[in-house]
Order: sequence, then C-alpha cells, then structure tokens
Amino acid sequence: MREEVSFGLLLTIAVILAPLSIASIGGATAIYAPLQYEVVDLRQWITGREFLDLFAICRFTPGPSSLLGALIAFKVAGILGALVAMVALYLPSSALCYAVGRIWSTHKGKPWHTAVEKGLTPIAAGLIMAGVLALFQLSGGDLLTGAVMVGVAGVLTWKRKMHPFPLLIAGALAFEAAYLLGYMARAA
Amino acid sequence: MGQSSAEQSQTTPVTYGALYSVFFWIGLFSFGGGLMPWIQREIVIKRGWMRDEDFLPGVALAQVLPGVNSTNMAVYVGRHLLGVSGAAVALIGMLTGPFAAMLIAAYSYKAILGVPALHAAMAGVAAAAIGMLLRMGVSAVRTTSKGVLPIAVMVAVFVAIGVLKWPLVPVVLVATPLSVLAAWPRGKKEQGDA
Repeated sequence: MREEVSFGLLLTIAVILAPLSIASIGGATAIYAPLQYEVVDLRQWITGREFLDLFAICRFTPGPSSLLGALIAFKVAGILGALVAMVALYLPSSALCYAVGRIWSTHKGKPWHTAVEKGLTPIAAGLIMAGVLALFQLSGGDLLTGAVMVGVAGVLTWKRKMHPFPLLIAGALAFEAAYLLGYMARAA
Repeated sequence: MGQSSAEQSQTTPVTYGALYSVFFWIGLFSFGGGLMPWIQREIVIKRGWMRDEDFLPGVALAQVLPGVNSTNMAVYVGRHLLGVSGAAVALIGMLTGPFAAMLIAAYSYKAILGVPALHAAMAGVAAAAIGMLLRMGVSAVRTTSKGVLPIAVMVAVFVAIGVLKWPLVPVVLVATPLSVLAAWPRGKKEQGDA
C-alpha cells in the first residue's frame, strides 16, 4: 500500500489537499466527498473500506476532522507525507484568516469597523446556537446527551472560570456508566 | 457577558510559551468541536489577554471564513496578541496534540475500533463540550438581546442554519450586510475607541 515516497507523490498530496483547505467552509464535512473521490476512486491509494476505517478513527482522536487528509497521507507516504498534508490542509485557510484579521484590526475605531463588530455579534450568537443544535442532533439527540449538556452549562453558569477537564471527564464517566449498565442489562 | 470585563485581570503576560501551551492543551482535548468557549475561557476570562468585544467578532469570522473553525480562531487570537509569529505559534500549538495522536492511531487503529467502551467515553466528552458551547451561546444571546433588529438577525441565522439546515455561505452573505447596516452609526456621536 505504501508507494516509494517521491517528490512527485508529496507534490500530489499537496495538490489534492490544498484546495480542500479553502473548500472546507463550516466544517470538514464538505471535504469528505472530494477526498474520497481523489484517494479511493481516482488514485486507488486506499480501498473504500480503509477510507471508512480511517474516517472512524479520526472521530476518536482529538482535533479537526480534516486531519483525515493527513492520516491518509501518512498511510500513503509516511511521516513526510503527513507533514506535507498538514501544511497543505491548514496553511491556505490560515493565511486567509490572518489576512482578514489583519485588515480587521488596522481599521479598528473607524465607524464601519464598529458597525461590523456590532453587526457580527448577532451572527455569532445565531451560529453558536445553531452549532449547539447541530452537534446535539449529530450525537444522536438522546436524553443522556441532553442531560450532560444542560448539566455542564449549568455548572459553568455557577462557576464561570471552572476548568473544562472535570466537566469533560464527568461527561465521559456519565456515558461510561450508562454503557456499562446497558451492557449488564444485556448480559442478564 | 457584560459583568465579565470587571472580572478580567491582566495578570499573565502574553509570551510565545504561554500562547503555545494554551492552544496545545485545548487542541489535545478537542473532541467533536465546541472549542470556542474553552478558548474564550483561557484567553478572555482567565488571562484577560483579550476583551469579549475583540473576541466575539473573531468567533463569527472563524466560522464564516473557509477552513476549520478552531484553527481559524487560533490564527485570529494569535495574530491579535503577537502578530504573524503569534498566529503561527497558536496554530502549531493547536495541531501538535492531534497530529501526535493521529500518528499513534495510525499504528493502533484496528485495536481502538474494537473497544466499544471507548466509543461511550468519547460520546460523553463530546456531550460535555456541547454543554460548554450552550453556555457560551446563552452569553452571546444575552449580549445580543439589546435591540429588536439584532434579535431578529440572531433568530433568523439560528433557524436558517440550525433548523432548516440551509448552507452557511449564502445565509451569512445575506444576514451580515443587513445586520451591519442595522448597526451603522446614525449621526457620528458614537464614534469612540471601540
């Protein structure tokens, strides 16, 4: 499955992934289809089954879902391929974000800047709440997820400076307990 | 979120090491999105490196611009604090942990996929992260709820993207100019330091 790592292979990885960096608007879901087409159908670097396995593993490792591109590059071209993939995946979008941020801050204090700042606040609020709903639905939308969500939000209202670790661990423990209870119920 | 500025204390100086460390830990424990509240906690609430007025537009920009929200936010915050090298340090910090975890996973993924108990733990971490996002959303909603038009824009964006699942780009392209126009200063007396 691993070809000879050549400059041409690394270049191909960069050429495939760099456009996906800019194409991934509103999350990595937009890049799955083109990525699958390129690496499975067109170049046959990995099989469809391997693509699904790598996709699943990306859900259980931290970081953005677009890391799938780097994981595939690692399978194809080793550590060098993975590093090239990281640059291709994150440099173009970061450069754009940097440029916009720079324009944003050099015009600070001008009337239009204040208006855009005020105008973006309701957009951000709407997007955050839409994100809560979308993630809740993605997670299955079950009662346990809802309870953990509301519980965490409640604790943070009470202690705003609280560190996230205890909250994340409490969430994991709640789900682990539910899993074990279900497991025991099935075994009985 | 209005009372938060009183709580802020500029105690920790902004250094490359501190910036890297903040984003390294956030990146290492990022499962299933919802990182904005954690970044806000470390940067705005705990260290007082930025104010909410500077941070919240970044939240909107990071989501509207192409690319991953969390890496965009790292670039936005890093640039605001320490310029181009700050942006690079924050971005690399954010990606170090996930990259290392990915390499480990690449060797052991067949074993990991066979442990259902791990699925449950990850789902729990994700649920808690959504709860953090919910708390941040409530704060942002409160900041917004100072006029009829901002509330209308906020609800419209939420319904269009969250409920109706319309694509992000056209919704934002229509909503942003309307929202900015509504916030445009009439007369010039409000022109302050912003």
